[in-house]
Amino acid sequence: MSPTATPTRIAVVDYGAGNLVSIEQALTQVGAEVTIARDPDGLRGADALIVPGVGAAAPAMERLEAAGLVDPIRAWIAADRPFLGICLGLQLLFEGSDEDGAQTLGVLPGRSVRLEDAPTLPHIGWNQVVRKREHAAFAGIADGADLYFVHSYAGLPAGGLTDDVVLATTDHGRPFVSAVARGNLVGVQFHPERSGTDGLRLLANVVAAATVAARIPA
Amino acid sequence: MLRRRVIPCLDVADGRVVKGVRFVDLVDEGDPPELAERYAREGADELVFLDITAAPERRGTLLDIVERTARRAFIPLTVGGGVRTVDEMRDVLRAGADKVSLNTAAVADPELIDRCARRFGRQAVVVAIDARRITSGPATAPLAWEVVVKGGREATGLDAVVWAERAVALGAGELLVTSMDRDGTGSGFDTELLRAIVDRVEVPVIASGGAAGPDDFVRAVVDGGADAVLAASIFHRRIHSIAEVKATMAAAGLPVRDAPGVAA
Repeated sequence: MSPTATPTRIAVVDYGAGNLVSIEQALTQVGAEVTIARDPDGLRGADALIVPGVGAAAPAMERLEAAGLVDPIRAWIAADRPFLGICLGLQLLFEGSDEDGAQTLGVLPGRSVRLEDAPTLPHIGWNQVVRKREHAAFAGIADGADLYFVHSYAGLPAGGLTDDVVLATTDHGRPFVSAVARGNLVGVQFHPERSGTDGLRLLANVVAAATVAARIPA
Repeated sequence: MLRRRVIPCLDVADGRVVKGVRFVDLVDEGDPPELAERYAREGADELVFLDITAAPERRGTLLDIVERTARRAFIPLTVGGGVRTVDEMRDVLRAGADKVSLNTAAVADPELIDRCARRFGRQAVVVAIDARRITSGPATAPLAWEVVVKGGREATGLDAVVWAERAVALGAGELLVTSMDRDGTGSGFDTELLRAIVDRVEVPVIASGGAAGPDDFVRAVVDGGADAVLAASIFHRRIHSIAEVKATMAAAGLPVRDAPGVAA
């Protein structure tokens, strides 16, 4: 980005499901201007939308509903505007969660399921993210790079691990889906904001894609 | 494959990093955010701050340190020491910590674990267990450990393995197990204590207390079954580097994340 350009504006959804400090700091570090969105107005003027989050799906959906954000998020994704879901923010993209039976956003066919045959749960720590295909979000990040995970459930697309939406998988007892992408939507199960240099690079790639998208009229 | 984590621990008192032997005889070892950033650069997988003054009037100092650290080191940060309520945990998370470790307060009020896990998710709740071997009784008695609190000053009579299982049932997402017999002594981790707990819980167990050299990290994982290994003095005093520890672990066949200078 040239110094004279307007910084890319990233709206991070705050719905009380986890800590936004680290994601905000990481985005600032890679040059984005961050706004915290607690209601539909908070999305105004944003070039990309990030839904972070940890914890269970049902309370998260209740809070998104209460904030009036469910429909705006669905509309954002339907318009193929730049979007990043992190951890629970990825799981919510599917139709429902086995964790508590919650109905979730349903923008991707499939469900969130408990990790099977996991030697430890929650799955906490650095693990290898193995790509199924190339994608701009992972530009400059080695295939099989270690990124930081904290979760017990993961999204399982309708077509399983070989579904077209799958971008990367990771093994913890068995392989699970650790990244998805469709159009300008990206979802990652790991925490880029806590994954050191490679995590910052992924966020920088997402911001760069949003910068480009913002310059091309819809 | 999930990597075995190497976690430098920074004991913080009045805003400075300190380290003592068996929690006493404190020596000043530096500025917390500065050390944290150095460790992140050198390949630390996570960081732990334990506030060992934990006097309520000093709370602001700790939060300031957490915030400054979170802005410089983009790896997970756990903060422990003196958190007694859901609101105190909220303040620490808001300052930029990813997890909070509960110790004395959880022993006094076990439901605190449940309240914190419901509010912030179990992944944010680490229960720290300080344990000491029970050496009284007949020599043929099975190995047992007692939970101690208040920085090792007070025995509880609680069996460490029983407490570990209860803490997990209440919502602990990880356990940080410190051997009070070994802490700061450099005599190696208590792998029997670790194994006794690891065999009974599903959550990751972080080994702590007694690291002298890289081989101790290997034994904590291989013999103790630990998912992660924590140490303080050997890193602060640059006796061993994180890269050196990881190279030794990798040579022993353990999966570790690359640290600068380590070919895994």
